[in-house]
Amino acid sequence: MSIGPAWYLGLAAVLFALGAIGVMVRRNVLVMFMCIELMLNAANLTFVTFSRVLGDVGGQSLVFFVLVVAAAEVVVGLGVVVAIFRRRASTTADDLHEMLG
Amino acid sequence: MNALVAATIPDAVTFAVCAVVVLSGGIGVVTSRNPVHAALSLVMTLFGVAVLFIEQHAYFLAAVQVIVYAGAIVVLFLFVIMFLGVDREEDLRAEPLRGQRPLALVLGAISLAGVLALSATANWVTGAHKVAGGLTAGHHTDTFLLGKSIFTTYLWAFEITAALLVIAVVGAVVLARRPSSTRDEGSPTPATERDGGPVPAGEPAAAPNEPAAVPNEPAAAPGSHEKVEVAR
Repeated sequence: MSIGPAWYLGLAAVLFALGAIGVMVRRNVLVMFMCIELMLNAANLTFVTFSRVLGDVGGQSLVFFVLVVAAAEVVVGLGVVVAIFRRRASTTADDLHEMLG
Repeated sequence: MNALVAATIPDAVTFAVCAVVVLSGGIGVVTSRNPVHAALSLVMTLFGVAVLFIEQHAYFLAAVQVIVYAGAIVVLFLFVIMFLGVDREEDLRAEPLRGQRPLALVLGAISLAGVLALSATANWVTGAHKVAGGLTAGHHTDTFLLGKSIFTTYLWAFEITAALLVIAVVGAVVLARRPSSTRDEGSPTPATERDGGPVPAGEPAAAPNEPAAVPNEPAAAPGSHEKVEVAR
């Protein structure tokens, strides 16, 4: 039999915390996007684990939808980054302070 | 701990190796100075998670994870990184916002501790089993069950994701399209303005898109490396 679910959940929690720290720490917008992907993967791992524990296919379906939404999010997000780069020639979040009051 | 003992040796070894791969990849994403290295570390994490999916008998999702995430999303990241030419090393020691990093570490540790405490103390296997259809029903594969679930129970959500993808594609095209020649402020901003330096007087304000950045370049020659970045 496989490893117990607690190990998977612990690993997912650590991965999620890593992604959250990355979003808070990094200043490159592209790397921040990658850290968001880390968090999404942690959530996916949790979904699959609970899907196995509960014997329910719903968790796997949800992972499928998360994948789709992640793809859409990355497409739009990178489009925004490219559009910003046209104007500011920078992908650093600190330089994007035009909307300061 | 009981569960680990009950597991077979190959399962335990697989999980341990994948956990190391996933976490080192994640640390690589967070700490890499070069965005390209961060993207490659992300690939490592995604493969580790895919193997963990296989370990939990989610074979279809593992394949989709590799194809969609590692094959499409990361390639999109790499494409944008290299297209924008931002694949230079970033100085991670500079800390423009004072106290940001310790605070971020503290917040991350708090959230991790919260999640772990929650999963350790709460009764986390709750709810009814097999609400959306059993995962081990009969001798069907997970792909069959997942497809049946998506095309029956979650059909409406599936249709909505189709609309979402179309909207995302249209939005990306609109965002990435170069503005037409009627614009005057949508032109590629020369790097001199960003640095606060004087914009050359002879800047062709309504010049066609592509050459607009080029004539400025010699005028902005002795500048910092943002200009070099634009030139790339």
